[in-house]
Amino acid sequence: MEPLIEMKEISKNFGGVKALENVNLTIYPGEVHCLAGENGCGKSTLIKVLSGVHTPDHGEIFINKKRYKRLHTQESIQEGIQVIYQDFSVFPNLTVKENLAMGYEMSNNKKLVNWKLFEKIAKQALETIDVDIDINEKVENLSVADKQLIAIARSLLFNARLIVMDEPTTALTDKEVQSLFNVISNLKRKGISILFVSHKLEEIFTIAERATILRNGKNVTEQLISELDTNQLIYHMTGREIKETTYESEFNENQKPLLKLKNFGLKYMFADVNLEIYPGDIVGVTGTLGSGRTELAEAIFGIAASDSGTMEINGEEAKIKNPRQAVKRKIVYVPEDRLTKGLILEQSIERNIIISTVENLLKKFRLISDNKVKNSVDYWIKNLGIVAKFPKRNVSVLSGGNQQKVVLSKWLASEPDILILNSPTVGVDIGSKEEIHEVIKEQARKGMGVILISDDIPELKQNCNKIVTMDKGKVISIDHISEYAMSR
Amino acid sequence: MKRILKTNEFYITIVLVLLIFYIGSQNSTFFSINNWFDLIRSGIVPGIFVIGTLLVLISGGIDVSFPAIAAFSMYTTTSIITSLDFDVPVIFAFVIGALIGLFLGFINSIFIAFLKLPTLIVTLGTASIYSGFLLTFIDDGQITRLPEAMTNLSKTRIFEITTDYGTIGIPVVFLITVAIAVLGWFLLKYTMIGRSIYALGGDEVSAERMGISSVKIKVFVYCFVGTLAGIAGVIHTIMTRNSNASDLLGGELLIIAAVVLGGARITGGHGTIYGSLIALLLILIIQNSLILLGIPSYWQRFVIGALILIGTGLSAIQVKRSLEKRNPIMTE
Repeated sequence: MEPLIEMKEISKNFGGVKALENVNLTIYPGEVHCLAGENGCGKSTLIKVLSGVHTPDHGEIFINKKRYKRLHTQESIQEGIQVIYQDFSVFPNLTVKENLAMGYEMSNNKKLVNWKLFEKIAKQALETIDVDIDINEKVENLSVADKQLIAIARSLLFNARLIVMDEPTTALTDKEVQSLFNVISNLKRKGISILFVSHKLEEIFTIAERATILRNGKNVTEQLISELDTNQLIYHMTGREIKETTYESEFNENQKPLLKLKNFGLKYMFADVNLEIYPGDIVGVTGTLGSGRTELAEAIFGIAASDSGTMEINGEEAKIKNPRQAVKRKIVYVPEDRLTKGLILEQSIERNIIISTVENLLKKFRLISDNKVKNSVDYWIKNLGIVAKFPKRNVSVLSGGNQQKVVLSKWLASEPDILILNSPTVGVDIGSKEEIHEVIKEQARKGMGVILISDDIPELKQNCNKIVTMDKGKVISIDHISEYAMSR
Repeated sequence: MKRILKTNEFYITIVLVLLIFYIGSQNSTFFSINNWFDLIRSGIVPGIFVIGTLLVLISGGIDVSFPAIAAFSMYTTTSIITSLDFDVPVIFAFVIGALIGLFLGFINSIFIAFLKLPTLIVTLGTASIYSGFLLTFIDDGQITRLPEAMTNLSKTRIFEITTDYGTIGIPVVFLITVAIAVLGWFLLKYTMIGRSIYALGGDEVSAERMGISSVKIKVFVYCFVGTLAGIAGVIHTIMTRNSNASDLLGGELLIIAAVVLGGARITGGHGTIYGSLIALLLILIIQNSLILLGIPSYWQRFVIGALILIGTGLSAIQVKRSLEKRNPIMTE
């Protein structure tokens, strides 16, 4: 079969940094092709070359045998290449029909709005992917999954032959991922190719047929998925072998629990949670979005305080009504969305690290001691392996994995007894993921109690000694890791 | 239907109707033709301002320089026409006023669209520059003898009745406000450029990706607002038969308040012509008619402020409620 798209020997430099070096990518009609690699390996740059945002320094692109030295955004769209960005590029304030039809009508150079036609276009677009969404609803009232479907449906209006999906499952629940995969299979049957950008191994194996793997801006391999196994894939992506491990608490069971929840509940959110956390425990909490797991974590940390049951900290009954009280009791929480809730993006790496401990870094007259700050920052950067040459730069310049390490170090610096982590490795590449896991285990070995919330079952199996499963606000099982492995 | 119940416009309309009946029941002069003609007269210039401000708010910006632009074009236009040795038709006044407004609006857009500076800072700065410039270069600050063509227009009315107090009517310039409102409504609802303004206010990055040029749209918006302000300035002068350079200044907050009360959000992407105009009417009634209830006039500001807080607060609470309803995990 003739390839739909061939990118040959693409190179791209950004001010001396080689983002892409002689990278090849071949996509056939109707195939689901996976572009895999760790963060910063050049995936996004390659997509941007294909969509016409970046001009390659070297190389050529063939689309249906037509040769391009570079693509302009409009050419790329005309050739049927559509990119679905991680934020979906939808307009929350507009209705579904307008989100669907506006770009299309604009590309037809329409100057006036024909609302009847808008409705027709929108209905057609939704029919092509066989979904039913109220076209008069405002997009801000839709779920993340529906927003994504809108973005997919919209791209199909432009006679897409290739749809590029940039990490499309990041914000979806398991069920939604499943229906996204159905949509993808549908598109495939229509002969549309999909370039699926991801670093989630399970998904790659489920949906993709072939994979191109990048590492440090270079091709590592291009293979049929059926010829790869998990370890090989990880090896290709990271360049090193990652061992499967399990975690066992080294503390004996006669300890006093650090945290004890008794019939802990919050109206409408979760109820009757009984849970004990001992020193050295890493307790995994899983369940789909909407199982109450995040709400439970937020109640323990006092963001939305619980209204029934009791909580004991080190054997003393405690009421935590806000995060300040929690921090005083040495409970800390690393939220799910590190960008909006865990970091102060406009501030430096340094300031983000010391924010929780600045009280300990003072000198005379309660002024901040530069020396103490530097020591503390150096210590954490080294200890957690944060790749940050210039700690005074904005934390927003760091990659996802390094940002997450900054959030972790901020809280670890305050020496908590209980560390609650909510999906700490979402959007983090495999290499950093493993480093973060090592940090968590090391802290637990020192006697910290950790609550690790995650969707990623393999992650829990490798790092937790107990796993709590929640569903619809109730705890449905608490298993020791050995039993958990058996019961699945 | 459910969607209508969630809008600011709906609540404002209800409050307006209740207020009208309450004031009317307390003091029947409220329903007199006299009072309503007064209300309409007082809404002519603010009505134009409201439409310009609405566009800016939808696009995600804010403009506090339009009163300065209006004052500048009104005074400059009047002096230009006065200095001419020959008579010109009144349409020239509007064309000159509009052009001056367009030019000043374009200056705003250079800073906002091309240099991408924050809109509040830019318009605060230019507002001060425009009015400062004007007040520096004029002698006594007002022109009391308007050119004949302008005076004549001020005497033209579309609707006239004679009452015990004399003849009253609606000035013909009211039609300009109506025309601008219709134009604004059509622009926002039925043109791609209007929808692009909403899209830009909703998400600028997405808008760019869809092929909307944010520079072009912003230039359009600020030029449009400037032009409207220029026209409004000329109308103001015609209606007061006087061109006072320090008139109009300071009126921006009330206009912005009306637009926000009518459902536009400071963060951009929301708002309608209907909502803005109905909220303006509400504010005008409070300004003009609280006195009919025997409420001292200095309470007006208090009541308007309270309305804004309640009006925007209500919609915020509603959004919060609907979010809470969507989120619960367990239903008992």
